[in-house]
Amino acid sequence: MPEIVVESHPIDTVFRTDRLPHIFCPGCGIGPATHAYAQAILESGIPKDQHACVSGIGCTARVPGYMDVDSYHTTHGRSIPFALAIALVKPEMEVTVFSGDGDLFGIGGNHFIHAARRNVDINIICINNFNYGMTGGQAGPTLPLGARATTAPYGNTEPPFNLPYLAAATGAVFVARWTALHVRQLKEAMLRAMQKKGFTFIEVLSPCPVGFGSPNDIGDAIEEVWLYRERCVVNHDAYLPDLEIDLRRKDVPFVMGNFLDIEKEPFDPLAMMKNKGE
Amino acid sequence: MSAEERVLTGSHFLLGDHACAEGGMAAGCDFFAGYPITPSTETAERLALRMPPVGAIFVQMEDELASMSALVGASLSGARAMSATSGPGFSLMMENIGMAAMMEAPCVIVNIQRGAPSTGLPTLVGQSDMMQAKWGSHGDYEIVAYAPSSPQECFDYVIKAFNTADRWRIPVFVMADELIGHMTERVVIPPADQIPRVERKRPRHKPGDESFLHCLAEDEDLVPPIVHAGEGYRVNFDSLTHDEKGYPATFAEPHDRLVRRLVDKIRLHVDQIIEYEEIFLDDAEIAIIAYGSTARSARRAVNDARKEGIRVGLLRLITVWPFPENKVRELSKQVKAFVVPELNLGQISREVERFTSLPVVGVNHAGGVMMAPDPILDTIKEVVKNA
Repeated sequence: MPEIVVESHPIDTVFRTDRLPHIFCPGCGIGPATHAYAQAILESGIPKDQHACVSGIGCTARVPGYMDVDSYHTTHGRSIPFALAIALVKPEMEVTVFSGDGDLFGIGGNHFIHAARRNVDINIICINNFNYGMTGGQAGPTLPLGARATTAPYGNTEPPFNLPYLAAATGAVFVARWTALHVRQLKEAMLRAMQKKGFTFIEVLSPCPVGFGSPNDIGDAIEEVWLYRERCVVNHDAYLPDLEIDLRRKDVPFVMGNFLDIEKEPFDPLAMMKNKGE
Repeated sequence: MSAEERVLTGSHFLLGDHACAEGGMAAGCDFFAGYPITPSTETAERLALRMPPVGAIFVQMEDELASMSALVGASLSGARAMSATSGPGFSLMMENIGMAAMMEAPCVIVNIQRGAPSTGLPTLVGQSDMMQAKWGSHGDYEIVAYAPSSPQECFDYVIKAFNTADRWRIPVFVMADELIGHMTERVVIPPADQIPRVERKRPRHKPGDESFLHCLAEDEDLVPPIVHAGEGYRVNFDSLTHDEKGYPATFAEPHDRLVRRLVDKIRLHVDQIIEYEEIFLDDAEIAIIAYGSTARSARRAVNDARKEGIRVGLLRLITVWPFPENKVRELSKQVKAFVVPELNLGQISREVERFTSLPVVGVNHAGGVMMAPDPILDTIKEVVKNA
């Protein structure tokens, strides 16, 4: 019998292994997305000491606490201005905000659009599980129309945000969407985001069998993942206004891809001083 | 005046708001994040002009929620960080003032107070936020709040606020009011090498030392050494209750231990922090307790009363928080009554009442107009008559 039990995994070096086990539910998509982030850190060529990971509040916001980098678990919705400050004071650092849809686009939406507008040199990784998971499955700004949540027991009546469209419209230089199943594509997108100067955005559609699956008659995590798998279409050139997610219309695919990759000067509050002599 | 200079050494005729900004410049403020709000905007405007030429970062944020979060991020990256605001902005900052207390991120917030509640009186004076400064964010924590009575004190106490913040790893407030902020007076700025500077306590451990617990206060002062972003320590800062390692520890025992330390590091060292000015208190039978612009009128009322032979003195609060409770207890053995004039309907007077059984008579106006000396003098005479 070959030896299959090993003492460590190469990716352990990016994790605080003394913090395990983690808090995530069985079937949660945060795990694979975190793995992709860890792999991207390893492959980025940027020393661990120069990575910072910042989050707000919620399930996903617990991710920085498991990473062996400078990590900041801030207040609900306020991770982006916190990350902005680190990026400005320590421009040599690779600052990533790793947080959830409710945190970044519900309570924190204003900060997102302004950081994108400024083109702050930070990466945003948003786990979108369509609900507030930590508090037990409430409706959020990404909950699809008609979907149920504990605060939308009769089905959601509000249209959700189309996050890639929003990010591109407000100024991001890199915009991607993948699911937690697309671990390789996710890692590549994260690597690209780390290479780029400026505001990057990656949406990760993620199963949440407890908060989202259960009230929406999705039996378990595998069934939710199958739903994504069956309906996913990769189209890097997709027309961004068409990227809305509607669970009720089975003919509408979930479009994945690296939709935007452009160059723009990143935010520098001292830019005008540097250009003075020219 | 050369904009390239951080410290504008010399004698100036300065607006209080601008003196706050110059205090920040002289203190080595590296990072300002704020949002325009009357009557504090001139502080931001001055810093927008003054910071970039010296390579310091000025950012006008989308709101005060963001400003305060950015202050904590900047502070934990090693910057001396400040903001300036007024009541409505102060309310929005409360969320992340709690985070600054929890993460022990030193920072300075200037509050040029106006009439409140809500939008209240944007352009007119108030001392409305004195209790909010102490209790505004949820939970038990300690801060230090200075109340300057002049543009000179705006300058001096913004510098001191940075030093106090760095010494104790807390948010520190400079609670001026619109009258002081919009008052122009002589401000003397000393040479750069005479600006006092207290450095943050830094870790003795090297990065990678696994015995290092970055939230453990090993010293008697209960202040742990601060770690900055990018130094290789790779530690976790958490707004959740955390243990000495900085890891979330959401249980009763570590919670009580942490919150008690955050509070005790100030409460056990108030003697090193509290400042006040005593005027004619030696033989006083009546003590006035006042702060900010109101203290100026109180001083005039004391002088007028003294001319009439009334033995009245003034305890002018410079630190309002922590409150000088021992001084009030001590005065209680000497005087017959306290008079507390404030541009609110009785905030610090409540604090005075906690530490004396003597009558505490308020002289109050909800704000919008300066506290004139006359109502204070009238109250003094009334108190004398009834004593």
